[in-house]
Amino acid sequence: MKELSLHLLDLVENSIRAKATHIILSIAENTTQDLLEIVVEDDGEGMDEWQLERVWDPFFSGQNKKVGMGIPLFAQVVEQCQGKVTISSQKGRGTRLRATMQRSHIDCPPLGNIPETLTLLVITHPEIRWEFAHLKDGQGWFFKSDEFFAQWETKNVYSLYTPLREWFQNRENNLGEGNHHENREYRRFEESEGRG
Amino acid sequence: MKIENIEDLKKVREEAKKRALLREGQAEYKVTVYMGTCGIAAGARQVMSALLDEISKRGLNNVLVTQAGCIGLCDREPLVGVEKGEEKILYGDLTAEKIRQIVAAHLVNGQIVGDWVVHAERR
Repeated sequence: MKELSLHLLDLVENSIRAKATHIILSIAENTTQDLLEIVVEDDGEGMDEWQLERVWDPFFSGQNKKVGMGIPLFAQVVEQCQGKVTISSQKGRGTRLRATMQRSHIDCPPLGNIPETLTLLVITHPEIRWEFAHLKDGQGWFFKSDEFFAQWETKNVYSLYTPLREWFQNRENNLGEGNHHENREYRRFEESEGRG
Repeated sequence: MKIENIEDLKKVREEAKKRALLREGQAEYKVTVYMGTCGIAAGARQVMSALLDEISKRGLNNVLVTQAGCIGLCDREPLVGVEKGEEKILYGDLTAEKIRQIVAAHLVNGQIVGDWVVHAERR
């Protein structure tokens, strides 16, 4: 796949299939250490040790089919970029996938169209509680789908497609330009977390 | 919202249920975009995105969009299924442009776009 955001869509698909109700997705870039970290965390069915050992095998799948390419394909890309994928899981509790790789590596695909991936996830699965974060050197944006849906009262979830996509697009643009308008919001988020 | 006790969890669950109902309320067509690894690699994300964009622009509220995994027809991806009652049409080799035409022809005017049909089923 040409973009990391496509891999993300594919990885999150596993969480959805595992009947997750709460999914956290975070991307953290560190320019000084030249690292890119991607974490996907869910509260789905989880896997036992036997399954966990076999997720790396393209000819194993948790579903009723013969191949399961998602994770092996992603792991290959990450390993090409001097990186590593680790997965921890507990049956009945959920799964956490963490990938770290060299951000400037020549084989590292671009993050790609993050707003498109995230918007599709939220709009097609509004019943899941989503949390997203994209940080660059500790600054960036956060998103919680509960808060988003609380702001917009609508009967038709598809009408939220455009505003949501623009929201993500703006945040991503600000991040790219090193625009720190988001700092205030970031701090507010931290405060509310502290209070919560 | 932070979940601290079982009451909070129940509240979240009720809200989620409400949203799911709103979504499934009076859907006439059920459109499934197949987004397994093969579908995504073939361009299913762009198809899904164009589909949602078109639905939101036209303000259609008789459509339910869902996604599913691989159905073993990887060489015809991106695939999209359109279901209405007993009738199930599977379109293949799609692009963002094609799906926009399918929305106009099939979902709005009820005309199946024969050229792109991979499989049709009437139970």
